[in-house]
Amino acid sequence: MAKRNIAIGTLLVGMVLGVIFWGGFNWAMELTNTEQFCISCHEMRDNVYAEYKGRIHDLNRTGVRATCPDCHVPKEWIYKIKRKIQASNELYHKVMGSIDTREKFEAKRLELARHVWKTMKETDSRECRNCHEYGSMDYMAQGRRARREHQEGLDAGKTCIDCHKGIAHQLPDMSEEDPSAVLAVKPE
Amino acid sequence: MKNQTAKKPLLAALGLCALLLGQSALAVEIQSLRGENAIDETTEVPEVKRYNKDGQPLPRNYVLQPPLIPHKIDGYEVTIKHNKCLSCHSWKNYRRHHATKISQTHFQSRDGVVLANVSARRYFCLQCHVPQTNALPLVDNTFEPVESVSSW
Repeated sequence: MAKRNIAIGTLLVGMVLGVIFWGGFNWAMELTNTEQFCISCHEMRDNVYAEYKGRIHDLNRTGVRATCPDCHVPKEWIYKIKRKIQASNELYHKVMGSIDTREKFEAKRLELARHVWKTMKETDSRECRNCHEYGSMDYMAQGRRARREHQEGLDAGKTCIDCHKGIAHQLPDMSEEDPSAVLAVKPE
Repeated sequence: MKNQTAKKPLLAALGLCALLLGQSALAVEIQSLRGENAIDETTEVPEVKRYNKDGQPLPRNYVLQPPLIPHKIDGYEVTIKHNKCLSCHSWKNYRRHHATKISQTHFQSRDGVVLANVSARRYFCLQCHVPQTNALPLVDNTFEPVESVSSW
């Protein structure tokens, strides 16, 4: 009888502790998943966040916003954990001061942008599609150019990021990505 | 002789009247584009203009007019690092995006050297090419292009 009570007691305590720890873990993780957390570092606040302000995902007709984690952290739990583990690398670079000035950030911008583009490409722009679902797009409600480009893009197996680069932040020097869309270099 | 000297002040007075009348007439006729409001009065807020929806290329009004932009350009950036317009309108990209290609005159530097890409003096598209809104003309215009060189 006593043994059984101990067993039930342990089970109950375990359940309560489990709920507390699991809940606490997720609560803490969600705290790191807010815009406020992201811009608590000046690297984000003064560069990418400053550029994001006023753009379509921050300021628009209906007031619906997509903030940092909406695009940069997956919604699904397992992918979210994976991304959070990767983020430890960002802590290392924060300590090392890899992009602690505007100049250092600009120098690294192409490399950093390419990381995001690559990830987006690999996941078929999963984070975009949390809101922008191809199947729910009404082409007839779109402008003349968007209607054609979206249908052609879909047929060609393209993903959002293939065309929609530099939507929320400034683009890096694109001379390597598209040499036809940059300023001519004067011959020596 | 006496009559003539008597007329002079009369003429001067008439002239002065005409001048004053003319001035007041002018004051009514000419007004700034912001209307008749005194500078310290609050003016009525003009209606917000909307950019036209994406459409077909717009006709030119005269020869060598920089073509107008027949679509929205919200958020398109032209910086030293990238030119959003050229991501569709460059020679490399225009076919894929069914866009009008940039004129090759834009590749020439001010010294007449033809460059491999858009020259700095023609790089800032919006200096000449502009999108259109639903705004009506502020002033009447009777301009007509020379027929022999009009294509529309």
